[in-house]
Amino acid sequence: MKIAVASGKGGTGKTTLATNLAHFLAHSYRVTIADLDVEEPDSRLFLSGEPVEEKEMVKMVPEWVAEKCILCGDCQKRCNFNAVIQLNTIILVFPELCHSCYACSELCPESALPMKPQKIGMLEHIKNNTLDVIEGRLDIGQEQAVPLIAKTKKFVNSLHPHPDFTIYDAPPGTSCPVIEATKEVDLVILVTEPTPFGLHDLKLAVETMRKIDRNFAVVINREGTGNDHVARYCKKEHIPVIAKIPNQRKIAELYSRGELIYPQVPEFKEQLQKIEQYIVEFSQGGAK
Amino acid sequence: MKEVVIISGKGGTGKTSLTASFAVLEGGNTVVADCDVDAADLHLLLEPKVIQTDDFFSGKLAVIDGDKCTNCGLCAERCRFDALYFERGQYRVDPLNCEGCGYCSLVCPEHAIFMEEQNVGVWRISNTKAGNIMVDAALGIGAENSGKLVAKVKQEAKKIATQKGIDLILVDGSPGIGCPVISSLSGADFVVLVTEPTLSGLHDLKRVCDLVKQFKISAGCIINKFDINRLVSEQIRAFLEEKKILHIASLPYDESFIQALTMGQTIVEYDQNELCGTIRESWHQVKQVLNNGKK
Amino acid sequence: MKIAFTTQETGWNSLIDPRFGRTRFLLCYDEEKDELISVDNRAIEEEAHGAGPKTAQKLFEMNPDIMITGNGPGGNAAIVLDNAEIEIYTGAGEMTVKEAYNAYKNNQLTRF
Repeated sequence: MKIAVASGKGGTGKTTLATNLAHFLAHSYRVTIADLDVEEPDSRLFLSGEPVEEKEMVKMVPEWVAEKCILCGDCQKRCNFNAVIQLNTIILVFPELCHSCYACSELCPESALPMKPQKIGMLEHIKNNTLDVIEGRLDIGQEQAVPLIAKTKKFVNSLHPHPDFTIYDAPPGTSCPVIEATKEVDLVILVTEPTPFGLHDLKLAVETMRKIDRNFAVVINREGTGNDHVARYCKKEHIPVIAKIPNQRKIAELYSRGELIYPQVPEFKEQLQKIEQYIVEFSQGGAK
Repeated sequence: MKEVVIISGKGGTGKTSLTASFAVLEGGNTVVADCDVDAADLHLLLEPKVIQTDDFFSGKLAVIDGDKCTNCGLCAERCRFDALYFERGQYRVDPLNCEGCGYCSLVCPEHAIFMEEQNVGVWRISNTKAGNIMVDAALGIGAENSGKLVAKVKQEAKKIATQKGIDLILVDGSPGIGCPVISSLSGADFVVLVTEPTLSGLHDLKRVCDLVKQFKISAGCIINKFDINRLVSEQIRAFLEEKKILHIASLPYDESFIQALTMGQTIVEYDQNELCGTIRESWHQVKQVLNNGKK
Repeated sequence: MKIAFTTQETGWNSLIDPRFGRTRFLLCYDEEKDELISVDNRAIEEEAHGAGPKTAQKLFEMNPDIMITGNGPGGNAAIVLDNAEIEIYTGAGEMTVKEAYNAYKNNQLTRF
């Protein structure tokens, strides 16, 4: 079963939940966690382990072959992303702006822009006891997260044996990278906080999930702060709230030190057990 | 006219709450530009009443003219994004997958595909409860922030500031280090970096500092919730000193932040406590640096 | 020498546009001919990404030796300008074109 942990905004506790949940489940099941927040992956701050594999991740971009070029300038005209610039006698390509559409390359009359692999980031696979931890990390200067998220997912899907649970730590927000991370999962857990910010962004996240037709459930973090508007909204919309993590300063402190929460905070562990119950029922076709 | 941009690298550091506090302290003397379009939360604290709204267009999507299309399928062959598919007797475009590259449009033998600019959202001008004018944007699902949108929001903010003779623009900046942040930062007179003392916070702070330094913009930093990890707070302070970035203030972890937020208030409205005092002082410091015109 | 400026309007009294990639206008002063020409860059508003390289190319077509601006170009634009062998001077963000020109002549601007 594939589960994505997402949130409408940053800072709600998404990574805290994803990492703790994965580590907790790994005691009883085969689990893989993949950090798809490729611009700022931080799950490995909480889950260290033995390195298994490290791969350069690439995307294809055009490379200018000066000797073949007749300087017609069609490549620049065709590129919709300002990634190809002609300065009289030279052609400059900007890989970070390139979307790898292949138009300039395949339409060049002289084949002077062959597509070549260009590094966009790294993929790291480590093992924390029995838990497989995969992280996709975008290089600084690379702006497009979507290609790397797609390739990281592909890598995860190629691992054998297949895990019982694959957990994706999704990027925050509701735009393209989040859609890419969540579009094929069985369940999305939306992490929110019981504040006006939390509610506002939860609504956006819910709208997104409905648009891409995903099953989803909510976990309320920092319960006890704010008000009950989030809980009331979920009730009204028939959205299951499968756990409520209490607001404790100790949790913030542990997080700041890069430590797992549940071994030291029993209330947190209780909530993970509730989530486990829900997802097990869900995977058996029960819960909704 | 001066521009103060507030950024944070990662989310959840309290950037928006602080920006709102500064806006309340300045009142009618500032125009607020919310460039954190993917998480436009500023309006929850400033309660804006919209007075003008306009469509925003960005990015292109392929559109097939059914009358001209002969279903040859060449477009789908060339498309790298699985955005063209055949269903119920004709080729169609999947808007979620289409990247807007235009390759299909270039190769279609019947010239049946054209690229259409998308209405991805709106930008708005509002009056806030604190007496500021605010410019922000609301994007549709799956639409992305971009340098273009940030530039638009800032441009409109500048226009209004000029019209009304207002000297200060407060910008709630975009996260990350790409186009939207570059667009948020360029033209700034001072940058306020908001961070928290966590390993991920420090990591993201460093990344965003490089950009600020490249643009040679004067910067200062506020460490929020500093006491949840004094060790990392110290590491941040050392980093700031090394990079010659002003350490404006360290704010303690305080429940009143969230309590105020729940009441729809900024901390400076909610309570006149020590935290409020530190925030006022921080803002005062920023204004001083601005007035000294340090570059 | 030909000296270019990123500006908000046209003419010697116009304010410098502190931005490069999304500057409204590009002005170029030909010292030998004592001629000031301008190019309207406002269409750049329509570009979602990659404004820098596009503007840099426009600048290249004006063939200046030097460009004076406010903060400076972003990474990609800087690459284009470097390849185009255009020297960049920053620090003119609050000035008019006239003031910026004089500041340049008096070595008061910073080489990027």
